[in-house]
Amino acid sequence: MTATSTAVGIAGAVRSGERSARSVVEEHLAVIAARDAELHACNHVMVDDALATADAVDAAVARGEDAGPLAGVPVVLKDNLCTRGVPTTCSSRILDGWRPPYTATVVERLLLAGGIPVAKANLDEFAMGSSTENSAFGPTRNPHDTSRVPGGSSGGSAAAVAAGYAPLALGSDTGGSIRQPAALCGVVGVKPTYGRVSRFGLVAFASSLDQIGPLATTVDDAALLLEAIWGPDAMDSTAIPSQPEALGGDTDIAGMRIGIVEELTDVEGIAPEVKAAVERAAAGLDAAGARVERVSVPSCAYGLSAYYLIAPAEASSNLARYDGVRYGLRVDAADVAEMNAKTRDAGFGAEVKRRIMLGTYALSAGYYDAYYGQAQKVRTLIIRDFAQAYERFDVLLSPTSPTEAFPLGAKTADPLAMYLSDVCTIPTNLAGHSAMSVPFGTGAEGLPVGVQVLAPAQGESVMFRVARAVEGIVA
Amino acid sequence: MTSSNVYEAVIGLEVHVELATTTKLFCGCANEFGAEPNTHVCPVCLGLPGSLPVLNRRVVDFALRLGEALHFDVPPSSIFHRKNYFYPDMPKDYQVSQYDAPICVDGWLEVDGDRIGIERAHMEEDTGKTTHVGGGGRIHDAAHSLVDYNRAGVPLMEIVSRPHIRSAEQARDYVGELRAVLEAIGVSDVKMEEGSMRVDANLSLREVGSEILGTKVEVKNMNSLRSLGRAIDHEIARQARMLDAGERVLQETRHWDEAAGVTHGMRSKEGSSDYRYFPEPDLVPVAPTQQMRDAARAAVPELPAAKRARLVEEWGISESDARVLVESAALARYAEAAVLAGALGKDVANWCLGEVLAHCNEHGLSAEVLPLAPDGLAELVGLVADGTLSRNLAKEVLRECLTRPVRPRQLVEERGLAQVSDEGELAALVDEVLGANAAAVQEWRDGDDKARKRKRGFLMGEVMKASKGKGNPQVLNRLLDDRLR
Repeated sequence: MTATSTAVGIAGAVRSGERSARSVVEEHLAVIAARDAELHACNHVMVDDALATADAVDAAVARGEDAGPLAGVPVVLKDNLCTRGVPTTCSSRILDGWRPPYTATVVERLLLAGGIPVAKANLDEFAMGSSTENSAFGPTRNPHDTSRVPGGSSGGSAAAVAAGYAPLALGSDTGGSIRQPAALCGVVGVKPTYGRVSRFGLVAFASSLDQIGPLATTVDDAALLLEAIWGPDAMDSTAIPSQPEALGGDTDIAGMRIGIVEELTDVEGIAPEVKAAVERAAAGLDAAGARVERVSVPSCAYGLSAYYLIAPAEASSNLARYDGVRYGLRVDAADVAEMNAKTRDAGFGAEVKRRIMLGTYALSAGYYDAYYGQAQKVRTLIIRDFAQAYERFDVLLSPTSPTEAFPLGAKTADPLAMYLSDVCTIPTNLAGHSAMSVPFGTGAEGLPVGVQVLAPAQGESVMFRVARAVEGIVA
Repeated sequence: MTSSNVYEAVIGLEVHVELATTTKLFCGCANEFGAEPNTHVCPVCLGLPGSLPVLNRRVVDFALRLGEALHFDVPPSSIFHRKNYFYPDMPKDYQVSQYDAPICVDGWLEVDGDRIGIERAHMEEDTGKTTHVGGGGRIHDAAHSLVDYNRAGVPLMEIVSRPHIRSAEQARDYVGELRAVLEAIGVSDVKMEEGSMRVDANLSLREVGSEILGTKVEVKNMNSLRSLGRAIDHEIARQARMLDAGERVLQETRHWDEAAGVTHGMRSKEGSSDYRYFPEPDLVPVAPTQQMRDAARAAVPELPAAKRARLVEEWGISESDARVLVESAALARYAEAAVLAGALGKDVANWCLGEVLAHCNEHGLSAEVLPLAPDGLAELVGLVADGTLSRNLAKEVLRECLTRPVRPRQLVEERGLAQVSDEGELAALVDEVLGANAAAVQEWRDGDDKARKRKRGFLMGEVMKASKGKGNPQVLNRLLDDRLR
C-alpha cells in the first residue's frame, strides 16, 4: 500500500490541507464507476451525499478546525446499516423502498470523525450466507478473480476495499461475515468483542452474535476505523459501558504466548495450503520472539451445530417484523394473515426462509430444550474451553476460511457445504470474543489466504499487536 | 340455583396495569393517553429495523415499589423474554415481556381478612391499538383496519394472582383493593374504563371438598369492577349448568359481552399459541441495586388497609366509610389534609363521603383539582361546629365552593347566611308562623300521636322556611315545643 491510498495516509493529507476531501472522494467514486458494473459490490452509490460530506470536511479544514481522525476518508457501508434517507435494503426485496428515518450509531460516529460514506455494499440477504450469492440483487464478484465469490456475508464490503472503492468499509459479523470475506478478498477484517461496538442501527440477524467491525487494507487502517466507532452507547443496552483502551501501535511480540487451535486447523476440510499459511505465520511469529504451540479447544468442534440453532432461532424472531404492515414490501390479500404470508413469501429469498423455519422449529414447544437450550449449553462450554486456553496463551491462531475463494455457484446447491465456510470463525461469535483476519499470501490457486488471530473478550489491543506482526512477516 | 351448593369456584385473576411513567418502557416517547394517533412514536417503539430497546429505569423503580407494597420477593436479577406471535398492532411481531424469571415473585394481598396469594408480577410492553373500519367494527367483516402505535411500548405490569379467589364478590374486592394499593403508591392511574387497568379471569369449578381442579376457562374484556363481577357470576352459572348436565367444560378463552350479559367462546386463533419464548438478547438482566431497593421501600406510603384501620381508630368512623374514603387515594389525601387544618375527622369524613365525593363522581374529577383546598373544607366544618352555619346551608355553601374559587366564610358573609340563634328574634318568628297556621295548630291539639307528629313536622318546616333556613334548628325546636305544650 502506498501512503496516499491508506486511510491513515489520506486522513493525514486532508487534515494538513495537502489534499482536498472532494478530490479523494471523486477519485474513489471514479473507481466505483469503472468497476462496479462488473463486481457489483454496491447496492447504492451515495454520490451526492458523499460529495456534500467531503465539502463539509474541506470547509472544516479551511476554517482551521480539527476535521477528525478519518478526515476525508471514503468508507463503504454494508447495506444493513441504517442511513437516514438513504435506501437500506439488507439485499432483500422485503425492504423494497424503505429509507430509514435514522442513522446507525457507527455511521454517526464515522461521520463525526470526518469519514465519508460513499456507498452501501451488497451482502447476503439479511447477512445470511458466506458468498454474497444470497443477495436479492445478484452476487458480488471477487476482484482477484471475477469468476469467484468474495465470501460473505460482507462480500460487498470486502470486495469494495480490495478493488479500491474505499480504503475502509464497515461490515457485520455474526458467524464470520467480516473475517471470511476479508480472507477471500485479501484484506484485513475485524470482529470486535461483542458489545464493544454499538449495534444501534444495524439491522439484526442474530442479536446475541451480531457485531459491527472494520475492513481495511492494513491493520493500522482497521485500528483507525475501529477506534472511531467503538465505545459505549446509551442506545444499545448490550454495549459494554466502559471506555475501551486505545489500541496503540505496538508491534513487539517478544515473549508472547501464541496457541494454534487444533480443532480449527488440523482437521479435515482445511485446505493444505491454508494450513501451511498458518504454519508459516506461526514460524514468523516464533522468529520474532513469540512462543508458539498447539492448543486444544475441544468444544470448538460443536460450534457450527450450536450456531445453526442459535442464529436461526434469533433470526426467526428478528425477521418477524417484516410483515407488510408498516414498511417495505406488501403483497395485498383478503386478510391480514394471508397478506403477511404472501408478503413474506415474495419478499424473502430461499436461504432466509430456510433459516426462519429452522429457528422457528428450534424454539417450538417440546423442542426448545433439545435444540435451543442445548445449543446454549454448548456456548457455555466453548466459553469455558477458551477461558482455559487463554490461561496459557495471550492470543490464538487459526485459518480464517478453510479454503480460498470458490467459484460462483459451487456451493449454492449444498447449504451444508456453504455453512462449513464459517467453521473457523463461528466459535469466536459464540464466545463473544474478538478475532480478526490478516491477509497472508496466496494459496494453491493464487488467491488470497487469511490467518485468523483470536483474542479474549476486550483483548483487541494484544490482538492488533499480533496482527501487525503477522502483517510484517513476508508470506 | 341448586348447583351453587355443590360446586366451588376456583378463580385466579390476571391484572394488567399501565404504569404512569413519563416515557415508554424502551424509548423516550411520551406515555400519554388520548393523543393524535401515531404521534408518540419513534424507531424503537415502531420496531423499525436496526432499532434496539433500552429499559426505562423508572419502570424498574415502580416495579420495586409494587414489590414492596404487595410483599413480593424480588430476586437479585430478572430477565426479559420475547413472546413471538404475529399481530398487526405489535410492531416487532413479538412482545418483550418477562417469562420464567420475573422481577416480582410470591407476594400477597389481604382482602377482608383473607390473604390472596399473588404468584408473580412482571414488566412488559403494551401493544398498539387497532380500529376496524366498516362492517360491525370487528376484524372479520371490516373493510380495513387502522393501527395507532401510540400505546405500543407503554409499560405494563401484569399481576397474576394465585387461584385463591372463590366468588365474584371476592374477585371485585381483590381488584378494588389492588387498585387502591396501586393508586396509593403512585404507579398507575388505574382507570379500568380507559384501559389503564385490565382484568382477565381464569375460572374453573370443582365439587366442594374436592382437591382436583376443573377445566379452566379464561374470561376477557371486563372493563369495570361491576362487569368483572357479572362475568364471573355468569361464568360460574354457565359451567355449573354444563357440569350438572354431564357436559365437559372446554378449555378456552371466552369474551364477556357486557350488553348481552354473557360470555362467548372466542374464535380460536390459527396454529394455537406456541409463543416460542426465548431470552430477549437485546436487553441485559435487570439487577436492582440495594440503593434502588431502599428507595422503593422509602417511596411506599401508608397502604390502604393500614390507613383504613387508622381512620377508624383516630376519627371514629365506620369501617365501611373508611373503605369508601380510602378507595380513592386522592380523596383520602384531601380529607387528611382537612383534618390537619384543624377539622374533626368524623365531620370531614361525612362531608367528603357526601357532597365532595358526589361532586367528584358527577364531574369525573379527582379531589386534587377541586377549587376548594382542604383547609377550606376545614373552615366549613368549623363554621358548622361553632353554630355559625346550619347543616343545610352548609351543604349549599360547599356545593358552590366546589365549583368556583370562593372560601366558605367569605360566601357566608357575602350572602348573610350566618345562622340566627337569637331567642327573641326567633320567638317572634315562631309566634308569627303559629298565628298564620291556626288551623294546623288546632289539628295538632285534636290529633292522636301520629297526627301530632305530622303537624309538628309541618310547623317546624314553616318556621325554618320563614327564617330563610338560617334559624338555629335547636333553638327553633325548643321554642316550638314551648308553645305547643
